[in-house]
Amino acid sequence: MNADLLSSVWQFFCLRGGELSGIVGLSLMVSGSAVIIGAVLGIPLGAFLGLKRFPGRELLLRVIYTLMSLPPVLAGLLVYLLFARTGPLGFLDILFTPPVMVVAQVLLATPIITALSSAAIAAKEKLAMDTARTLGASERQAAWMVIKEARTGILAGIMTGFGRAFGEVGAVMLVGGNVRYQTRVLTTSIVLETRQGNYEFAIALGLILLLLSFVVSSVLLKIDDSKLR
Amino acid sequence: MPEPLFELIDVVKKYDGRTVLRVKNLKLDENKVYAILGPNGAGKSTLLRLLNMLEEPTSGRIIFQGVDINRAGESARLRMRRQMCMVLQNTYLFNTSVYQNVAYGLQLRGVRGAELERKVKEALSFVGLSDFGSRRALKLSGGETQRVALARAVAVRPQVLLLDEPTASLDPDSVALIEKLVRRIHESTGVTVLIITHNLFQAQRLADEAILLYNGEVIEKAPVAQFFTNPQSDITRRFISGTMIY
Ligand SMILES: Nc1ncnc2c1ncn2[C@@H]1O[C@H](COP(=O)(O)OP(=O)(O)OP(=O)(O)O)[C@@H](O)[C@H]1O
Ligand SMILES: [Mg+2]
Repeated sequence: MNADLLSSVWQFFCLRGGELSGIVGLSLMVSGSAVIIGAVLGIPLGAFLGLKRFPGRELLLRVIYTLMSLPPVLAGLLVYLLFARTGPLGFLDILFTPPVMVVAQVLLATPIITALSSAAIAAKEKLAMDTARTLGASERQAAWMVIKEARTGILAGIMTGFGRAFGEVGAVMLVGGNVRYQTRVLTTSIVLETRQGNYEFAIALGLILLLLSFVVSSVLLKIDDSKLR
Repeated sequence: MPEPLFELIDVVKKYDGRTVLRVKNLKLDENKVYAILGPNGAGKSTLLRLLNMLEEPTSGRIIFQGVDINRAGESARLRMRRQMCMVLQNTYLFNTSVYQNVAYGLQLRGVRGAELERKVKEALSFVGLSDFGSRRALKLSGGETQRVALARAVAVRPQVLLLDEPTASLDPDSVALIEKLVRRIHESTGVTVLIITHNLFQAQRLADEAILLYNGEVIEKAPVAQFFTNPQSDITRRFISGTMIY
């Protein structure tokens, strides 16, 4: 059984290696861009929510926490309607292309990055902020110190956001359409191979996905350990 | 009579409508060591936090070197804050190396390069932690943590050192060491020290004057000899004889 599995996986790589590397590249590209955009939006918003106290903050946080469990297929549907020919952004004519897949995944990753960043920052806010001030920091310098102190939590948010984007299938399927050589990513390939009964391929793709996640999180953890000292 | 370093006039601090500090008039002079005494919740930390501009008074004025710190502009406030350093009651070291912790206050004041390195090393050797520069700050023991906190505060040569129970929960040797360091930094730089403590012996060992806070009010401020041998207030008498019921 194991040998069988290995040989079919090997076969799969030999037969469709070129296509596979395209799929892997697109997956990383789409989810990577989504997470970068999500971080650019989510970390400042999270910092704001973690550092400031204002009326409506609690409600806003609750909304963001709720959006953390936004079903991917619903996010996909919303983006689909937005970019469909008759939708408000239909004139762009980019439905079923990678950029729209990025938009859909941004919708999934941003709430997680925002929520985990704000929680991490709020946890450090009081003591780290005051300590920086006692040593002579301005408000802005103290806030920056708090963000640096919260980096582990922020990175956890980025990793979780990436995991959510990289592993989801509903949104990219809807707005990407799983078009071969164009919008097919790892997860949609798994669905396809499973439907066609190629379980070995599906499993092999799944393993590749997990392996890549492992590599990405290892890189991010390395950053936590060294870069932001 | 030189002008006082700090002067508090009718300072009131309320939290959620509850008054926790009410100081009619308090003058603190340069080059002195003050011990701030009082039961838990008396408002000692609040007083120091007000002086360090971590909190704003609800009303009243705090004058530092002739300037009303609560009416000064942002940059003037920052300049004044940078003449002080405070060690908080809950000591927090940044999650970096010991070296970086000590360097932070210096970097904020624009110290760079070789001078930065020299001053950080000097401060670490001052507290006896010369070999600790590359250690992770969060892995230190309680006593080492307090020494790093002190090193990081004195590294910038402040004019005012605000210490909120710096020896709480330390063993007797560590307490003696911290006291020795405080005395030495005071003697060598003339820094004004305000130290909160529950240790009356420590107050007598370190301070020129003692200040008793009780229910948010300054009950007595006097040279330690007088404070401990001939207190003017009944509350002080009960406080130092340990019969005060908190
Ligand atoms: N941020 C805050 N919000 C509400 N109440 C506060 C706040 N900070 C302090 N207080 C209250 O103000 C009072 C004085 O607190 P403070 O920390 O100054 O006491 P303290 O004299 O330092 O006591 P301790 O010896 O226990 O450290 C306490 O009743 C405390 O509960
Ligand atoms: Mg206190």
